[in-house]
Parts: sequence; C-alpha cells; structure tokens
Amino acid sequence: MDLSAINPILFIAGFFVAATPLIFAAIGELVVERTGVLNLGVEGMMIIGAICGFATAVETGSPLLGFAAAAVGGAALSLLFAFLTQVMLANQVASGLALTLFGLGFSALLGQSYVGIKPPRMGDVNFGPLADIPVLGPILLSHDIIVYFGLALVVAVWAVLKYTRIGLTLRAVGENHDAAHALGFKVKRIRTLAIMFGGACAGMGGAYISLIRVPQWTEGMTAGIGWIALALVVFASWRPLRVLAGAYLFGGLVQLQLNLQGAGVAIPVEYLAMSPYVITIIVLVFLSRSRSAAPGSLGRIFHASS
Amino acid sequence: MTPPLLSLSALTKAYPGVVANDSVSLEISAGQVHALLGENGAGKSTLVKMIYGLVKPDTGTMQMNGAPFTPSEPRAARAAGVGMVFQHFSLFDAMTVAENIALGMEHAPKLSALSAQITKVSEAYGLPLSPDRIVGDLSAGERQRVEIIRCLLQEPKLLIMDEPTSVLTPQEVGILFKTLRKLSAEGTAILYISHKLEEIRTLCDHATILRLGKVVGECTPRDTTAREMAEMMVGKLLQTPTRAGQTAGDTVLTLTNLTAPAPNAFGMALKDISLELRSGEILGIGGVAGNGQDELLAALSGERPVARGMISYKGTDIGPHGPTLRRKAGLLAAPEERMGHAAAPDMSLTENAMLTGAARMGLDKSGFLDWPAARTFAEAVIAKFDVRTPSAASAARSLSGGNLQKFVIGREVMQAPEVFVVNQPTWGVDASAAADIRQALLDLAKNGAALIVISQDLDELMEISDRFAALNEGRLTPPRPAQGITVEEIGLMMGGAHDMEVAHV
Amino acid sequence: MIALVKRPEASRAFSLAAPLLAVLATMVFGGLLFMALGKDPFEAITTIFWEPLFGEFAFFYRPQLLIKGAPLVLIAIGLSLGFKAGIWNIGAEGQYIMGALFGAGVGLAFYPIESAFIFPLMVIAGAFGGWIWAMIPAILRVKFGTNEILVSLMLVYVAEQFLASMSLGLLKNPEGFGFPGSRNLQQYASTHNADLIAGSGMHWGVVAAFIAVIFAYVLLARHRLGFAIRVTGDAPRAAAFSGVNPARLVLFCLGMSGLLAGLAGMFEVSGPAGQVTIDFNVGYGFTAIIVAFLGRLHPVGILFAGGLMALTYIGGDIAQSKMGLPAAAIQVFQGMLLFFLLAFDLFTNYRLKFGRTETA
Repeated sequence: MDLSAINPILFIAGFFVAATPLIFAAIGELVVERTGVLNLGVEGMMIIGAICGFATAVETGSPLLGFAAAAVGGAALSLLFAFLTQVMLANQVASGLALTLFGLGFSALLGQSYVGIKPPRMGDVNFGPLADIPVLGPILLSHDIIVYFGLALVVAVWAVLKYTRIGLTLRAVGENHDAAHALGFKVKRIRTLAIMFGGACAGMGGAYISLIRVPQWTEGMTAGIGWIALALVVFASWRPLRVLAGAYLFGGLVQLQLNLQGAGVAIPVEYLAMSPYVITIIVLVFLSRSRSAAPGSLGRIFHASS
Repeated sequence: MTPPLLSLSALTKAYPGVVANDSVSLEISAGQVHALLGENGAGKSTLVKMIYGLVKPDTGTMQMNGAPFTPSEPRAARAAGVGMVFQHFSLFDAMTVAENIALGMEHAPKLSALSAQITKVSEAYGLPLSPDRIVGDLSAGERQRVEIIRCLLQEPKLLIMDEPTSVLTPQEVGILFKTLRKLSAEGTAILYISHKLEEIRTLCDHATILRLGKVVGECTPRDTTAREMAEMMVGKLLQTPTRAGQTAGDTVLTLTNLTAPAPNAFGMALKDISLELRSGEILGIGGVAGNGQDELLAALSGERPVARGMISYKGTDIGPHGPTLRRKAGLLAAPEERMGHAAAPDMSLTENAMLTGAARMGLDKSGFLDWPAARTFAEAVIAKFDVRTPSAASAARSLSGGNLQKFVIGREVMQAPEVFVVNQPTWGVDASAAADIRQALLDLAKNGAALIVISQDLDELMEISDRFAALNEGRLTPPRPAQGITVEEIGLMMGGAHDMEVAHV
Repeated sequence: MIALVKRPEASRAFSLAAPLLAVLATMVFGGLLFMALGKDPFEAITTIFWEPLFGEFAFFYRPQLLIKGAPLVLIAIGLSLGFKAGIWNIGAEGQYIMGALFGAGVGLAFYPIESAFIFPLMVIAGAFGGWIWAMIPAILRVKFGTNEILVSLMLVYVAEQFLASMSLGLLKNPEGFGFPGSRNLQQYASTHNADLIAGSGMHWGVVAAFIAVIFAYVLLARHRLGFAIRVTGDAPRAAAFSGVNPARLVLFCLGMSGLLAGLAGMFEVSGPAGQVTIDFNVGYGFTAIIVAFLGRLHPVGILFAGGLMALTYIGGDIAQSKMGLPAAAIQVFQGMLLFFLLAFDLFTNYRLKFGRTETA
C-alpha cells in the first residue's frame, strides 16, 4: 500500500468531477419533488442522456452539442413519465420504475455501435493567470465549463425557489395541489414543466459521466448514480444548497474509494466498490428522522374533480 | 335605477344523475349581506363555484353591473372583483402567512411591502395576524383570517363566504360579524352561505333559500322566524330525537391524566385529560377543530395506544392495547373522516364490515376470514340503518356521504358496544340522516352503553348530551351538566377568542 | 373536449382488459420499433410469441418457458404482496443474488459428501439469505422511517459486489484453473436441482412457484394478514384504525418478498445456472416488477404474466439468433409493456366523457 501515491491536490480537484453528475441529477429531481412529484426514473433519464450526449458528441465532434442533446433526450424521456402520471394518473412509483427499466433498455439499443469509441474531449475553462494560484488554482479553476454550469444551476434554482414568484408557485403546487388548483394555478402544466426540467438535468448529468468522467460508452454505465441522486434529495431536505454540500461529500467519498483502490490498499476491490452504496444507506438512516421537510403533496396523484 | 352588482338569471348546472342547480336566479346589490341558505346538497356550493369561475353553467347568464359576466377561471372572477373564502381553506401549511397571501394575488408586491399591507388591513378590520408566521401553526380562526385578508387586499366588490363560522368559537364569530358589517357599510356586497339560521337572522339583509337545486323562497331574515326558514329549507317536518333522560349507571371508562405527544408537526398533543364515563350517559365534547379531537379519538380507539395507567376500562388497564383487543372488550369508535379512515373507499361494504367487525362479530376464525358471515353482517347494517346502496358488494366510495356515515355508525352500533366514542357523527350529512344517527346514539345510551360524542356542532351536542366538556389546545375542561349551560359559558370553555379581546355581539 | 370522470367503482371488466390491451399495444409499437431497426415486424412478433410455443423447435423451448418463468413468478408473487400495501421492495435482484450465494455456499460447504439432507438445507439457506437481505430495508424503515425503495435498491449494488467477491474468492472452484466461478452444482448430485421429469424443465423452483401462487391466493382472499395488506394499500389510516400494525406489515411483506426472491436465486444457481459466477444475475429481480404489475398484483394474473414474460425472453433469444434482433430491443419491448399497462390502468378507475367540460 502506498498512500503517498495520492496527490492531495488532484484528489480534491477530483471531488468536483465525481460530484457533477450527481449535482445535475439531484437538483433536477429536487425541483420535480418540490412540485410534489416523485420521479424514480432518474437513473433511466441519466442513462438516456449519457448515450444521447455521447452519440451526438461523437457524430458532431462537439461535446457542448452533446450536452445539449443529452438535455433534450432526458427531457423527452421524462415526457413519457409526465404523460403517465399527469395525464393517465398512473402511480408515480411504478411509472418511475418503468422509466428506469425502459431507459436502460433503450439506451443499450441506441448505444450498440458506440461501444469502445473515445468521445471528443472537452477543454478546461481558461482562467488565465488565476489558474496558477497555488493549491486553489488547480483545485477550483482547472475544470471544464460544465462543472461551473452545474454550480451556477444550483445557485439559480436556490434563488428562483426562494425569491421569485415562479418559485413560490412551484412550492405551492408541491405543498398542497388542491389549494393551488383552487387558486387557479395549472397544477398539471406546472408539474409537467418541472418534470421536463428534471429530465433535462438528469440527461446532462448522465452525459457528464459518458463524456467526461469515464469517458466512453458502456451499457448501464450510470451504475446507480441516479438512485444516489434521489437519496441526495432526501439528504438535502429538499434544499438546493444542501444538495451541493451532499454531492461534494459524496463525490469525495467516491474519489477516496477510487484512490484507495489505485493505491492498492489491502481491502478487496469489491468492498471498496460497494462502499458508496453502503454509505448512502447509512446517511439515509441518519436523515430519515426529519421527514417533515418533504413537500406536502409528494407522490400524491392530482385529479381536479370539480 | 342602477343595475344590481351581480344578477344571476336561470342558471342551470347538471351532473350525471343530479341537477345541482335548476334555473337559479338571484340579485345582489352593493353593500348587501345576502344569505344563501340550504341543506347539504341543496346546490349552494355549485352556485358559488359558478360565480367564482370554477364551474361553467350549462345554461343561464350572469351579469355584473349590467355587463355580461362569464368568468372562465377563478383568476377572471378575482379580476372582476369577486373574492371567496372557502369552507375548507385553500392554504399552504408549510408557508408563511405573507407567502400564502401573495399566492392568491395577481400582481403581488414584494414580500416586505406585502407584509406591511397585511398588517395595515388586519388592523383596519380588527383581524390581528402576523405576516411571518407559518400557517400550519395557526388556529382555525386565524387561518380563516388569512383567507379573508387575502380577499380584502384585492378590494373585492363581492365577498363570498362559505360556511365561515363552522370552525369558530362563539366569540370569534362575533369578531367576524363585526368585520363583515364594516365591509358592508363600505359598500362591499357579501354572499353568505350557511345553514345556521340564527346567524343569518343576526347578520343578513336578505336570504335566498335553495332546496334540491331550486330557489324555493326568499325572505328578509330579520322579519322571518328561524322556524319558517327551516321549513322552507328542509321541506318536511323533522323527527326530533327524544332524550333518554336516564340516570347514569356504573363507571365504565376512566381516563387518568391521559397524555400523548402530537402525532405529527401539525397535530395536537393531548395534555392531562381526566374523566369518568358512566354507563347510560352521553358525554358531549365540543371545541374548535384541531384542538385534539382526532388525537383523543385515536387514543381511545387504540389506533395510537398510550402508556399504562392512563385508560381504565371496566377495571382493566387498556392503555397499551391496540384496536382489536379494545373492540373485543366492547370499546368501539368511529372517527371523523369516513372516507379513508372509518372506511376503505375502494373496498366493498362487506369488506368494510369486516374491517372493524372481525374481532367482535366472530368473523375471524383463527386468522381465516368468514366472508359469508361478514356479508350477512353488512346487509344487516344496511337494512337497519336504511343505507341506500345497490348491494353489500358496492364500493364504499360509491355511496353518498350521508349513506356512508350511516353505514359507519351502524356498523359500530350493531356490534352492541359498551363504550362508543364517535367524532363528528353528522358532519356533512343531510338533516334527516343526521336525525336518524342522533336517534341511534340516544337509543344506544338508553340501552346502557356509555357514549362520548365529539362534535363541532354545538346545537347537536346540546340536543343529545347529558354532560358537556370542551377540548382546547389538547386539554379537556372538567365536564359539567349540559342542562342550563349558556352559549357564553360554552365559548369560554372552548377557549374564547384566540389572541384577541372578546367582542360583544 | 374529452374529460376524465372517476367511476363510482373500479371496473372489473377493464381491470382484466387492461393487460390484454397493453400486450396488443406493445405488439404494435414493438413492431414499429423492430421496423425502425430494419427487421420485418410481423416476423419478429411471430418469432417472439409463436415460435417458442408452436414452432419447429417448440419441444426444446417449452421447458425453457418453465425455467425462465419460475423465478419471475416466484419473485413477482413476493413483490406483489408489498406493492399491494404500498411497500416498495425494488431490490429483489439483490435478494435473489443473496439467496443464491447462501444456498450455494451451504451446498458447497458439504462438498464432496453426498446426503439427502443437503438440498433441503440449501433451500432453507437460500430463503434465509433473501429474507435477511430484505430485512435490512424493512428494519430500517420500521426503526428509522428510512425509505425502503432507496435502501433495497442500494443493496442490489452491494449484493452484486458480494457476488463478484464470492465468485473470485471464497466460493471459487479450487479446481477451476483460476477461472472465476464456483464448482458446478449440477455435477454434485446432492446439490443439483435437477428436472423432476428429465427434459421437462420442471425443477423444484417451478414447484415452489406454483405453491407460492396458491399460498398468495389463499392469503389474500381468505386470511386476516392478506386482508390487512389490501386495506393498507387502499387506505392506510383505515387499516391503522382497524387494528393493523403497520410495522409488522412492513416486516412481513418485505421479509416474504425477500424470502421468495432468495428461493428463486437458490433454485436457479443449483439448477439451470449451475454455478456462482460474476454475471449470475440477469435482471429477473427487475423484470419481476413488470410481471407483478402486468399480473395486476393478483396471484393468478402473475402466473400468466410470468409465462408471457418468459415467452418474450425465449422468443427474444430466438429472434436474436435468427433475425439478428438486438438483445436490448427485447428489454425495450418489456419496458414498453409496463408503460402501456400503467397507461391503460387509468380506465379501470376512470372513464372518458366526451362533450362539454368544466374549466379545470
């Protein structure tokens, strides 16, 4: 075992890369859940985003176009969920599961001819001389644009939910959909838009895995990150800034686990690989006492009967 | 002559199987307090929903100030100057008062400016309310104030109030009436929906009476007796329950410092409740909604068992026992919410009979269920309590509220309870079914059972109780004989007005 | 305009028709998908649904139907109990793996002793393995209110890592020339879950699946516990009022579904699969979710749905080798089935009303 092989600066900088897919998926799901909808299809939307982004980036040579395509792909898949739950009034848990199962299969179908290809690389943002600041430069200012976009997205969601009329409306719909309906808000329309936003975010998170973090395409490559994102929303008590904290904490753990594997620690690889899931369970247990933070209408079906 | 503020002519609205409004016409002038009187199901709600843009009439027209008025949605109605305070508040528990009010406004100002406006209006109309409080923590009366202020900020020309006093203490009612009179004096018309006759006589200038979707009469309430209005409203003579007038027997149920934590963030903790219940008596428990009624019922039914030593039934400590053991022993209960609590909506009446009848009626034979026997039991309840349903195989949710309530009460009554605890036995039930249910409760007491009837309908409690107590903030006042008790005394037992001086009506 | 109106009572007719309509719609849209992939849709659909039952090699495929169907039915029966009560175990895949590991582990511990007691012990161990794995989310939910969906799912990934570790380590065949994977249980008579009638596909797992169907049917129709499950699913508060202990129900439903999934894994590893390998699990635990819903959470329905889903697996394999239809296309096909079922389910409780509507 050789722990000195771990470069602390690269190690910490790696937090950001490990956390970004989670940030996207979790912040999207957070908005969805704040409107009272539980979409368990995050994993499916991520993997669809991963392949849409990958294929588009390979075909066009532009990773940025890839991310755009991933957002479109994720949102398109989420529309299926929106149709089932908002129009056909189907059970949200079952529909979310269906979305995940379908997404995993469909992505495998789409990705058949992309196995084993390298995607075009995305460059880091050039911060000029700022990037040369010791320690902080390599940790904070040596990333691609998507990392910063994810950060900005979380802050934007936080501000919108807290300070704007749109945010107030979203929260109202999630808190009590009957009351919101009585006040004349279009509950289903608002929820559908939120679901699509969640789908787009999950899609971009998936593309970050296939285009930057791994970077290549393999079937089922999201490996439960979508589910961890769902856990993260609970962890964050439905508050955007806590999503950020949770994602970095989790990104750090994944990073540590990978580095330990690399350094040849005397723990079998399998046990290191299962640690993120075990830790997620432990964190969930500690946080599940404060469930009252959940939106009042979460998971309930809305049908205007008047 | 200026046209009336709002005139409705020949509005008709039909739903499958029922004509909710049949050619209803009425006129409301500015500054008028206009009562809309009728039983449950008379079509009051449908009528106001049409005015508020929630429902579109099939035929007929509405005019506001002489111009056609066809609100396609609540937003349009609000823009035209119609405000509405709902019977079941459309509020968001986890949000602040100011956020709740902002949601109901078209062009809400910034929250800080809005808070200042709220404070101003609330002071002007004598409705104190802090804009920063979380709505879930407010009392029912305070929550109603949020709704009223939300409407007032829009400066409505017409304010619709749907059964506003059902959740208030008598003192709070007085304060509300003062506010409404002030509004009326300023020229705001008020459409006041109620079935409480005395209230209407105190407050309203004019009344329109609905029965089965039709206008059956109009009157000036001050010049009309309550009896005359009741006859128009009901259309037939009611059978009034007969008081048993029995002397109470032995003590069967004793609560000793019953204390239980609140079940959730917006629930109420029970604090030090003590009482003794004797066979053959009916103890009426009043109180404003949300003061521990549900929690008390859950503690007594066994749905939320309590610590040892708090509940003694015929000398046995049953505090930690669950519902099944208590039912076997003869302690039965019926909660307030029929659909989803007392009965499972998608299940048949037979299955719902099994739900609480299994233990005491011998329908559960060492784990295996006797469905034919359950069906017989359900059919017996249906026959005895005149439950209108095609068969015992019908789903509970296909029954009307009153019919399901008769089934739910009948299901417990026919198990011959020794103690029966019921919450809101006649809530949302039409007058004749309500009379039947009350009679069944009185008969039960006559046959020696002990009853606890929790209700927010004071008239009902006065009619059937031998003793009266009130719940307030999870505490129970010492019970006192119901005979000769005054409305003022009841109001004080219920906690008076929350956070405000008592006004004199 | 078209409006949705809630039916006063659930429609029995539609409750039966919805799965059939879903299958039809899936055939249509699946056909379109196959067409988009450049295959003849009619040939593909007949290959999937006809060939295994009545084709030239049906004698070979029909036993396969039992072999693929048994674990699906066994797992789906367990899942349906929880789903009915609103208890969501979606980690059956993990419980399936653990059942296989426990069962195989006990069997291999006896190697090379031959005894009639070994196989029953393996059955008990397999059931126990699945049960204990499901008790983790059950106890966490009861004690701490932790969401069982997320925990049971996380445990699938943990179980997969265990499986990898076991097939590379503890259970690795010492005479396997270094290849990952355990000894072959088919070649060790005491542990072999062989066909009861040679070549019929009828192994102990199939028997267990039929027993589970009967057991679940009686439980739900006649027993207090089954009634408690149904009431809880319809109205949790009414269940609590009637005296159902929700914590005990969670433990029972999750435990039962884990136990059945564990059994399925054990019968699979000792029979058709034969050995513990890294890629032992093939997604039965997830497909069983589709089976449970397609069977309308009803034991008899699940039996049919399991058969149908097994058919798509086998037919999919044939279409893959004969027509070059990608394996993933079958997965999409199965996902579609669940989509359509959930969509058509609407009409069980609602009906369409044509004509003028309210402003919603």
